Amino acid sequence: MDTSHFFVTGDPMIYGADVSIVLAVVAIVFCLTYFKKWGWIWREWITTVDHKKIGIMYLLAALLMLFRGGVDALLMRAQLAVPNAHFLESEHYNEIFTTHGTIMILFMAMPFMFALFNMVVPLQIGARDVAFPALNAISFWLFFIGAMLFNLSFVIGGSPNAGWLSYPPLSESAFSPGPGQNYWIWGIQISGIGSLATGINFVVTILKMRTPSMRLRDMPLFTWSTLASSIAILGAFPILTVTLAMLTIDRLLGGHFFTSTAGGNPMMYVNLIWMWGHPEVYIVVLPAFGVFSEVVATFSKKRIFGYSSMVFSMIAISVVSYYTWVHHFFTMGAGADVNIVFAICTMIIAIPTGVKVFNWLFTMFRGRVRITQPMLWFYAFVPCFLVGGATGVMLAAAPADYQYHNSYFLIAHFHQVLIGGVVFGYLAGMYYWFPKIFGFKLNDRLGKWGFWLWQIGFYVCFMPQYALGFMGMTRRIYTYNASAGWDMGWAPLNMVSTVGAFLMGIGFIFQVWQIVYSIKHGERDVTGDAWDGRTLEWSIPSPAPVYNFAILPEVKGRDAWWYQKQEMKNGDYQEKPVKYEPIHMPKNTGVPFIMACFFFIAGFGFTFEWMWMGVAGLIGVVVTLFVRSFQYDTDYYIPVEEIERTENEYRNRVLSAQQTAN
Amino acid sequence: MRKWTKLAKYSFLTLLGMVLLAGCDRSKYIVLDPKGPVGHEELRLIIISVILCAVVIIPVIGIFVYIAIRYRDTPDNKAPYQPEWADSKVLEVIWWGIPVVIVAILGVFTAKTTLNLTKPPVKDVKPIVIQVTSLDWKWMFTYPDKKIATVNYAEIPAGVPVQFVLTSSGTMNSFWVPQLGGQEYTMPGMSMGLWLQADKTGEYFGSGANFTGKGFAHMQFRVKSVTQENFNKWADSVKKNSPALTNQGYKNLEKPGLEKELSFSSYPKGLYEDIVNKHGGTYMDHMNHMGDSSSMSDMKKDDKSMSGMDMEHNK
Repeated sequence: MDTSHFFVTGDPMIYGADVSIVLAVVAIVFCLTYFKKWGWIWREWITTVDHKKIGIMYLLAALLMLFRGGVDALLMRAQLAVPNAHFLESEHYNEIFTTHGTIMILFMAMPFMFALFNMVVPLQIGARDVAFPALNAISFWLFFIGAMLFNLSFVIGGSPNAGWLSYPPLSESAFSPGPGQNYWIWGIQISGIGSLATGINFVVTILKMRTPSMRLRDMPLFTWSTLASSIAILGAFPILTVTLAMLTIDRLLGGHFFTSTAGGNPMMYVNLIWMWGHPEVYIVVLPAFGVFSEVVATFSKKRIFGYSSMVFSMIAISVVSYYTWVHHFFTMGAGADVNIVFAICTMIIAIPTGVKVFNWLFTMFRGRVRITQPMLWFYAFVPCFLVGGATGVMLAAAPADYQYHNSYFLIAHFHQVLIGGVVFGYLAGMYYWFPKIFGFKLNDRLGKWGFWLWQIGFYVCFMPQYALGFMGMTRRIYTYNASAGWDMGWAPLNMVSTVGAFLMGIGFIFQVWQIVYSIKHGERDVTGDAWDGRTLEWSIPSPAPVYNFAILPEVKGRDAWWYQKQEMKNGDYQEKPVKYEPIHMPKNTGVPFIMACFFFIAGFGFTFEWMWMGVAGLIGVVVTLFVRSFQYDTDYYIPVEEIERTENEYRNRVLSAQQTAN
Repeated sequence: MRKWTKLAKYSFLTLLGMVLLAGCDRSKYIVLDPKGPVGHEELRLIIISVILCAVVIIPVIGIFVYIAIRYRDTPDNKAPYQPEWADSKVLEVIWWGIPVVIVAILGVFTAKTTLNLTKPPVKDVKPIVIQVTSLDWKWMFTYPDKKIATVNYAEIPAGVPVQFVLTSSGTMNSFWVPQLGGQEYTMPGMSMGLWLQADKTGEYFGSGANFTGKGFAHMQFRVKSVTQENFNKWADSVKKNSPALTNQGYKNLEKPGLEKELSFSSYPKGLYEDIVNKHGGTYMDHMNHMGDSSSMSDMKKDDKSMSGMDMEHNK
């Protein structure tokens, strides 16, 4: 066992990171011990199966990863700000863009999306938890452990440096020996299994766990988007798992699936990874569409326009997204006929996407639009996503793509749809459902600061990159003007772009400040209906009690809560006599966390190609599976008295709030 | 707060202005300033796609701004409020219909251009073949007709269609000369064709576009377009004055590292085909993997030397 290169050495920034990681761990351990919180964190968080708490943990992890990925981005922009910079060396830059991409998609966007699924979907459909609560906890811990394993790479063993999709032959051991590339494989593999399980969980939850009176066509659009996205996960993630397994066989066992020698076919990998990768981008953007559908209807005080068309377009997107993957490599010479088919399929997917924008606009039309923080992000989304969508259609025209491919034009495009679509959407969702989950709103003034810095920063950062693409600047170069003779005039726009990136970074700091500030000073929500909402989640207290709904709600159609409120206002609402029954709930379990720890051991072992450790970890995983299978005491009933007590407390709180308001 | 948003707006506009000013010099935008028929055809498609997209998104942004202003929730807003109005078949047909039409139009142009680019840009001039190999981290060009080789630069005759056939000695790269036309990947074990042509003499920037590791940023090369006469002269002088590329010389070239511009009076027979075969070509029947250059396989039937492949060498 060679451990001489175990710790990454030689770079002062890495030493700084080492020190801060050690300090942070010491501080956390100290605080937990000093305040005697070990028991609390174990009982309330690590072993929890409550979808709301799991959602909160996903959210925290996603914000943390947004920070990490953001720092990567700023380091890259700092390096590119001026030509011939020596801030980062080539290999270090390569590691940073690889981790930036991987983290932002797999460890930021995915958990942020799962945070929204978990925090919202069961509440929207009148369910008391997801279909498989323990599996849900396993999903979270697998994601978390995968992310931690991946993030460990930059201090121990070295980060992957073959790009976020790691095309072979570059990612094969012949060109990328060592643990870096293995970290990439195992970090994604472990969290990917968790993602697949979440997909299954939410498909079943939505199909089977709705309150009995809610038909599919009564479901809120965010729930529909979750369903569409989860179905896409079911199709896409197994491909990822298999592809990574094949690459593992190549690297670890000397296989030849994707090598350039002995009959391997690297292009096979490129096809497979994009068969997952393209649906993946729609997997993450569909829930953002769902968020906007809720936000626009609520803040326009109006029914969503063209509900069936919205549902149809989401399903259409999740189906057509499987037939566009080749557009990521039009330039690999698949042939004119293949390119034409995939070019046109790619353009077709723009149609349902565009239709959704029209429907949102006409939801606002003849409505009464309140400009709140979630709505601001929608306003930012519309022009950004329209332009990003248009450049997407431009890229879809295959021969034109020969000129854009792998240039900064492409970089600008996908950041515009992923930030403008996904990140803006998720942030809108976070602002919208924050009071539901935490019981208070996020401060407006700080939020606006964050918002405007993000907006200005975004355009200053990415619009110049379209121009740089036209100037022939390709992605993933760590420096420019270095070789004699070529000054392509890229320097000024790169500087502008860097300024924009840092503005976005400052915007993020404002948002963190906003959250911290609002914990103490944020406007409290006592009614449970912070925004005058339309769907079921607003009919229960904020934060919701552990069982969500004391009595499963009765739904007569879409926007159930909105019409119930109308009836209450008009005096038509007949309250049925309340008769509580004991509620059946899942018990907490430590198995998911322990299983994830074994996965970590396995992943770490295989990363360093210490087979004994990898195999030991896998055995541990199997053992935990067995242990779980023989656990029979996994559920309990909440007695009626406790439900009554909780519900009365809430009712009194609302009443006293109303009295003080009057 | 108001004052600050105003300031933010102004600083944003100033920055935007800076971007536009920096963009005044059109010659910097090499993709928009093509020097050959392939680049021109691609630029035409770029312009068509921009117009077709603008036709949709500019009105939509207009409608968006109008609606956002008119239906604000203010106490004295006189605009109609119909909270239950949520369906209109006419409107739905319109906005499903318009994008369908746009996509249909763009689809036709895309298909036509895609097919066009698989053929030589001009029919009446005899094309030349240049074999391109991407190495870690340099470009090697071999001229099967002239039997000479270069590294990190290529000379081509102006006004003559050039069939670049591309392969890689290991990692995948992408061969891109923006002013002549779009790129194509270089892949191990495969040989793929890309038609390009320069109309006039000049020097054009080329670069690798697909990441290949440590030295990737330095994989830039020069394509020099000269008259046919000068091209022949140049080839003769390389033949006369440059050293030969030996098998050992190629092995050294193959080692990871950077290289300056080099010329070679000859290269080992069948070098390109050997590279293709060595990296998996023997498993893939690369003659069928000519990609967009389907016309090339047609040509092979008439004139074997045109393919760029030394057929005798392929046992």
